[in-house]
Amino acid sequence: MSSKLILANIVRWVILLLVQILLLRNLSLYNMATPFLYILFLLLLPFGIPNILLYIIAFATGLTLDAFYDTLGVHTAACVMLAFVRILFISVTVSRDGFDEPEPTLGNMGFRWFMLYALLCIFSHHVVLFLLETFRFTELSYTLLRCLLSGLFTLFTVVLVEFIFYNRKMR
Amino acid sequence: MRNLWIFISRYNAFFFFIIFFIVGIVLTVKNNAYQHSIAINSTNQIVGDVYNNLNVVKKYINLGVANDSLAAENAKLKTEILAIKSVDTTRDITVKDTTGTPVYTYLAARVIKNSITLRNNIITINKGRIDGIESGMPVISPVKGVVGYIRDVSEHLATIESLLHQKTYVSVSIKKNNAVGSLVWGERNFDYRKAYIKDIPNHFKVNLRDTVVTSTYSKFPAGIPVGSVSNTGIATGGNFMTLEINLFNDFSTLQYVYVIKDKFAKEQQELEAKIPDEQ
Repeated sequence: MSSKLILANIVRWVILLLVQILLLRNLSLYNMATPFLYILFLLLLPFGIPNILLYIIAFATGLTLDAFYDTLGVHTAACVMLAFVRILFISVTVSRDGFDEPEPTLGNMGFRWFMLYALLCIFSHHVVLFLLETFRFTELSYTLLRCLLSGLFTLFTVVLVEFIFYNRKMR
Repeated sequence: MRNLWIFISRYNAFFFFIIFFIVGIVLTVKNNAYQHSIAINSTNQIVGDVYNNLNVVKKYINLGVANDSLAAENAKLKTEILAIKSVDTTRDITVKDTTGTPVYTYLAARVIKNSITLRNNIITINKGRIDGIESGMPVISPVKGVVGYIRDVSEHLATIESLLHQKTYVSVSIKKNNAVGSLVWGERNFDYRKAYIKDIPNHFKVNLRDTVVTSTYSKFPAGIPVGSVSNTGIATGGNFMTLEINLFNDFSTLQYVYVIKDKFAKEQQELEAKIPDEQ
């Protein structure tokens, strides 16, 4: 991993977390849909990253978010879940021998691949997040509805940000 | 043994997932327990500093609303002072016990972090243990009613379990007939302007716009306005009715709160702890 890539990821981590904590935490549509844009950081980590490092980063990111949200453990578990789904998805769809591209961005991987990737990761993250946050099954349908709407909102913001920073060759 | 090792390293993603995920779940369960022993939350010094210093924009935007509520409160206090001055004995008006010292004292604090969008919302304020705040103290907002209970306390900061939290219950009563029920939020909707009152017996007559206040059973001083009834027609199928109310308090623009110190809270708690738990 080149130092440029590491630096870019650190900057991305700081910016996305600040945006999430200071801006998006206060944002909500009808108290049903809340975007969690910070997971874009986990989505865009380089392909070559070792599994253990990915889990540690996901764990630390979740823990930081939890400290600011006062929901200890909820984001942590959700981020770890996202890391697991990310590893599975990448191992199934991308050939292991030679990664052509360093990072799984929209510009590198194409729209369809990225949409499916983001969709699976976001929904696995959100299901864990909302179920743990509610911490009871009696309002399951409501929780799942919030999860679905928030997931769509997050997906929208993730794709939006990816298009804004769309800086690579067209396929 | 060697095969086992190969198996584990082949599927390392799964095993790492299990380990980290279980740690996450354990943290969640610990945090949901009554005692919060781990201080990774907004009473933490670093987290508190970020909220304290970076929320400048929000503070500025809400300046007008904060001004209005402070002005309204000033006016209310002034009228109360006038009322006291015009009556000869001041003793009958303030809440006092027999020795003449006030039962409740109020401590003003500024909100440095607030949320209304989550399932369980937590507020952080800029006063802490040094200012005499303890876990479990009730918190109200100027003029407009209840906010919640103190949850965790650090040296200079404290978190409040907001009324918009699934574990927060407040004992309230309808002002005109003293029917007592408990105030909950988030059972059916997650609108921060509404809440529900449960367990009011069916024989009480309740109309729209009836005022709801804190009851004498609550940890709050009795008679603090909470909201007005907005829907009486919720079917429950039992002997008790559920009312929907509009909260007077707007949690989205909360700027200053009062933490209430009850002189007799500890004494009452000790006395009631002697009653055997019969549930």
